[in-house]
Amino acid sequence: MVWNRIARTLRAGPLTEPAGAADEATAHALAERLHAASQARLGRSLAIRQVDAGSCNGCELEIHMLNSVVYDLERFGLHFVASPRHADVLLVTGPVTKSMHDALLRTHGATPDPKWVVAVGDCAIDGGVFKGSYAITGGTDSAVPVDLTIRGCPPSPAALLDGLRSLVEANGR
Amino acid sequence: MTAAEIIRAAPTTPCHPWPRHVLPGQSWQAMADALAADPLALLALWADAGHVHALFRDGADILPASTAIVGGAYPALSPHRPAAAWFERAIRDLWGHQAAGGTDSRPWLDHGKWGQTAPLSTRPAAASGAAEPPEFLPVEGEDIHQIPVGPVHAGIIEPGHFRFHAQGETVVRLEVRLGYLHKGTLALMRGKSPRAAARFAARLSGDSTVAHSIAFARAAEAATATDPPPRAHALRGVMAEIERIANHLGDCGAIVNDAAFPMLQARFTWHREAVLRATARAFGNRLMMDAVIPGGVAADITAEGPPAILAALAAIEAEHGELARLAEDTSSLVDRLVSTGTLSAALAARFAAGGVVGRAAGQPGDLRVAPGYPPYRTLDVRPALLTEGDVDARFRVRMAEITESIRLLRALLASLPDGPVSITLPMASAEGIGWAEGFRGDIWHWLRLDGGLIAAAFPRDPSWLHWPLLESAVRGNIVADFPLVNKSFNGSYSGVDL
Ligand code: SF4
Repeated sequence: MVWNRIARTLRAGPLTEPAGAADEATAHALAERLHAASQARLGRSLAIRQVDAGSCNGCELEIHMLNSVVYDLERFGLHFVASPRHADVLLVTGPVTKSMHDALLRTHGATPDPKWVVAVGDCAIDGGVFKGSYAITGGTDSAVPVDLTIRGCPPSPAALLDGLRSLVEANGR
Repeated sequence: MTAAEIIRAAPTTPCHPWPRHVLPGQSWQAMADALAADPLALLALWADAGHVHALFRDGADILPASTAIVGGAYPALSPHRPAAAWFERAIRDLWGHQAAGGTDSRPWLDHGKWGQTAPLSTRPAAASGAAEPPEFLPVEGEDIHQIPVGPVHAGIIEPGHFRFHAQGETVVRLEVRLGYLHKGTLALMRGKSPRAAARFAARLSGDSTVAHSIAFARAAEAATATDPPPRAHALRGVMAEIERIANHLGDCGAIVNDAAFPMLQARFTWHREAVLRATARAFGNRLMMDAVIPGGVAADITAEGPPAILAALAAIEAEHGELARLAEDTSSLVDRLVSTGTLSAALAARFAAGGVVGRAAGQPGDLRVAPGYPPYRTLDVRPALLTEGDVDARFRVRMAEITESIRLLRALLASLPDGPVSITLPMASAEGIGWAEGFRGDIWHWLRLDGGLIAAAFPRDPSWLHWPLLESAVRGNIVADFPLVNKSFNGSYSGVDL
């Protein structure tokens, strides 16, 4: 049965959707930023470590979809890694809860330089609906410096892909 | 007297649809003692400034019960209902009430970082001193080693700490420590109109945004004696079944992937994406965040919605049998799933486990059937039921529920009533309970309105009762099987961290 399926899949061709060009404006802005910071380039492949700093798990659901056959993140040189020590990019979701603040700082500290921090979702940008709570410190930038934000509640996989591909583009210039 | 009789003998205060029994301290203590020999199911335990509240299920009847806090304390339920322990710890951390005689007095949600204690009490105090390192239960025996994991995990997953005590490869004890995602949601809901507070209910656990929004809306509607229009009920049903299918597809994929069978996962996630795209076309949002509001739904389904949803369902149905057979016929997969992470029916019953976790271990509960709610009353929902209680059973219950939800969705879409999709809630000072069967299981919301604004609220995600059962189910398994067992439970972290 497995072999039948494999044969059929091979005949049918990939399910992955073709991708257009990366978002030029964002890539340009990020490249400028890299240049201004004279940050070492990372090349055209980036390792991503996702950190949930207080999310409702909605953002994670959509980030998960990037690994599906439809989006196939790895074809762009992007892949998720299990440890911050192997990462170039921290993908942070949620408002930063006071109970996750230290863990986020330590994860950031464990990520080797040069590194990018991407704040994913409205909560990560400024705390979102949880703004003003006694239990949060704010958006991702209340704990660590942020390089790129991706809006949405949650952002769609297409929006996530756009943001991440501009990072790869900026790095390749 | 049985615990239920003791509760029923107490005077009631209005709460819709079930009056709340207010027990004098002695009766509460007598009820707590009677729970030792009584099968009465504890669904939730929470508090407000002056009372502690419990929600019980007695057969088909739901019994809310309360007692006043005296001298900052109330008699604990945990000695006879282990499921009460997490609630009692949360009540202490949020409202400052002590569970007298409780089995566990360690902090739960409060990690010492809020700068205050008992944030929901009438007078939160400034926190004194630095946070203590968490204490874990001791394990005795030879060659026991500890494995600390988290709060930041290796995958794309919510944060929490798992403390394993292992003997060689075998898990002797797992202790789950959560609370990292505490966002102060209950405090944010207070003082808001149900319409404004619905945004927080929708974000308790993003994967259950529809189900939590429905349960919350129904609590507000019960309190204000409002019945949304029939079309709103039907559309809520459509959204809830889509959410169930999408999550079950994701979970089935995650389970087989953790057993190293990514080919099957690829198909599950492909279908999940198709469902989410159809949903975006039908409701303008892939996860349907904020689509359900108190009084109905935020917007009507688009004209292209139903055909898009039906097309996605047809594609799932066409492949469902083959995917199920592929899972059953692949011995390397069966080997990993069968008899792994077994939960006994007795323990599932003792914890009143609902949802997939309960239904895979012989517990037939499903809120769509009993107590029931629209639009399911006329649909004759047939929940799946298995007794094995292992990872395989939880996988198969999800597979069966996908089929059943496809049937329900077709029936709902074929007969959408005409008319408006929402009505405005009147201002009221009253209490209500709402419920909905999410993809994880039974969701309960309680709230009290004062002059149309939320004075107090409590949402109970099914995970409150599932997490402690995960601790039990993983015992005796090898450490390497933990991710698999964990995925098969798929507890919500955010949903219980509040
Ligand atoms: S942005 Fe939205 S989906 Fe993401 S964590 Fe916040 S509330 Fe959840």
